[in-house]
Amino acid sequence: MACIEARALRKAFGNSIALDGVNLRVEEGRILGIIGPNGAGKTTALNAMLGLIPYEGELRVLGRDPWNERDQLMRDVSFIADVAVLPRWMRVSEALDFLAGVHPRFDRAKAEGFLTKTSIGHHRKVKELSKGMVTQLHLALIMAIDARLLVLDEPTLGLDILFRKQFYDSLLNDYFDRSRTIVVTTHQVDEIQDVLTDVVFINRGRIVFQCSMEEFESRYSEITVNPEKLSAARSLKPIYERQGLGRSVLLFDRADRQQLAALGEVRKPSIADLFIAVMGDQAGQAQGAA
Amino acid sequence: MNTQANVVTEARAESQAITSAVIPASRLLFWSVRRELWENRWIYLAPLAVAGLFLLGFLISLIHLTGRMRAAMVLDPMQQYDVIARPYDIAGGLMMITPMIVAAFYCLDALYGERRDRSILFWKSLPVSDVITVLAKASIPLVILPLIAFAIAVAMELIVLLVSSAVLLAGGASVGMLWTHLSLPQMLLLLLYHIVTVHTLGPAPLYAWLLLVSAWARRAPFLWAVLPPLAIGGLEKLVFNTTYFANVIANRLTGGGTEAVTPPDAFPTHPMTHLTPGIFLSSSGLWIGLAVTAVFLYGAIRVRRYQGPS
Repeated sequence: MACIEARALRKAFGNSIALDGVNLRVEEGRILGIIGPNGAGKTTALNAMLGLIPYEGELRVLGRDPWNERDQLMRDVSFIADVAVLPRWMRVSEALDFLAGVHPRFDRAKAEGFLTKTSIGHHRKVKELSKGMVTQLHLALIMAIDARLLVLDEPTLGLDILFRKQFYDSLLNDYFDRSRTIVVTTHQVDEIQDVLTDVVFINRGRIVFQCSMEEFESRYSEITVNPEKLSAARSLKPIYERQGLGRSVLLFDRADRQQLAALGEVRKPSIADLFIAVMGDQAGQAQGAA
Repeated sequence: MNTQANVVTEARAESQAITSAVIPASRLLFWSVRRELWENRWIYLAPLAVAGLFLLGFLISLIHLTGRMRAAMVLDPMQQYDVIARPYDIAGGLMMITPMIVAAFYCLDALYGERRDRSILFWKSLPVSDVITVLAKASIPLVILPLIAFAIAVAMELIVLLVSSAVLLAGGASVGMLWTHLSLPQMLLLLLYHIVTVHTLGPAPLYAWLLLVSAWARRAPFLWAVLPPLAIGGLEKLVFNTTYFANVIANRLTGGGTEAVTPPDAFPTHPMTHLTPGIFLSSSGLWIGLAVTAVFLYGAIRVRRYQGPS
């Protein structure tokens, strides 16, 4: 059974179409990154998966219909939304008490273990904590839930680089165990490139690109070309070209690496570069159509 | 490779075993109500503060207690009762009105506040249904506040009785009149009956209306709660020159028009009061009100399901 299965998923808010026929299948044990510009429909897609909004089309998460079975689904799904949403009045101890009271798969001792690694005292209120500490607290609570799917929507937004690094490190080392599935959206694409097993680009409510990271690494290569070899390199049909330090950087899809090596220094491209290439192409097509 | 696959399979089997664990609805409700009391401590602190002020006033009035009791000796029994019962009636009256005010403020913010501070996204990330959440919030005005008010009233009246007796005994006066005119258990039972009928079941549709507006309003829930009923009342007066709608609302607020006791104009804990629960329970007003309450609460549950942070 796939963890998430969406067919022709569609959602409109009034006249604006947020999701326009999304087809997506995420197997269990994967870490999927959903990447897209602002307003592309990332959060809408996640909200539909979490049962927060109604939708058209077919959607199953862990075999359940999210909109009609949200509370049952939440026994097996955890999520951190794009902003710190822990109630500001709540004490840390109250959050632990409440989760232990209502969540069948919350392990209080585990959460307390994570919290002892931080400087967050049990009697502190959420509103007294810094933004980084609130995220640490939320992560400690979430990681103590033995969920099968974890959804993260811009979990590190507004955090400094140390907290962001720490966040993904603890997620991978203390939480992910290959039987869980993680879906994450973020703007800091490069920071999670090594974390992901799959990547999806979404634009204007549609999935415009998807592949696994193994496929990504075998398909795409990037070379830095000296000016004298530029025309030879261009003849191999790069999918994207940019300038870096006076030299051209070309991105290739399914090119012969040995052939490329003769033209310049070959590197593994970043998801961000491919994202810009794919999105630039989209914009070009849109302009061409207009 | 094989061993790794086995480990994964075992982990899967284990996690699916845990999946079947379900927390009973009663426990979800208990923790949801507890959470409301954590967030809104004034639900019990406000009535306690009122009780504290009352007791302070009562202690000051003790200066004249002996004199007042002496003066009351010459009055006829009915007037004697009124003089003796006055502090108890004030205590009871305060605990009828205070919870209604607290309930109104609570209901108006209960489902609006969680959207305003976006914490609704956290609450919805937990396996607690909208039904449980809204019922837990509705239980504050319908169950928790009446119980808190009654418990505080019991404490207030006991303190008043014991302190007055001590003061009278210390001054060499007799406590006979105090204890023969008053039956504290009877007064408290009448008070409980009155709080449940007139101050909880009667205004229940109003509380549910406030919860519905709180779940639905994008902003200014107070205006949405108050202006539409005012407009309906105004239109009715304008078009039909009647005040039927306004009377219904006023009766719900004051307990007028209910048949909970006879005579209806005496103070509800007066010993001459006759309880008429049969008439109350068979009155159409009660059941129409409860049906309207159910409709409003159902609406609030439906609306919360669609609500994200505002």
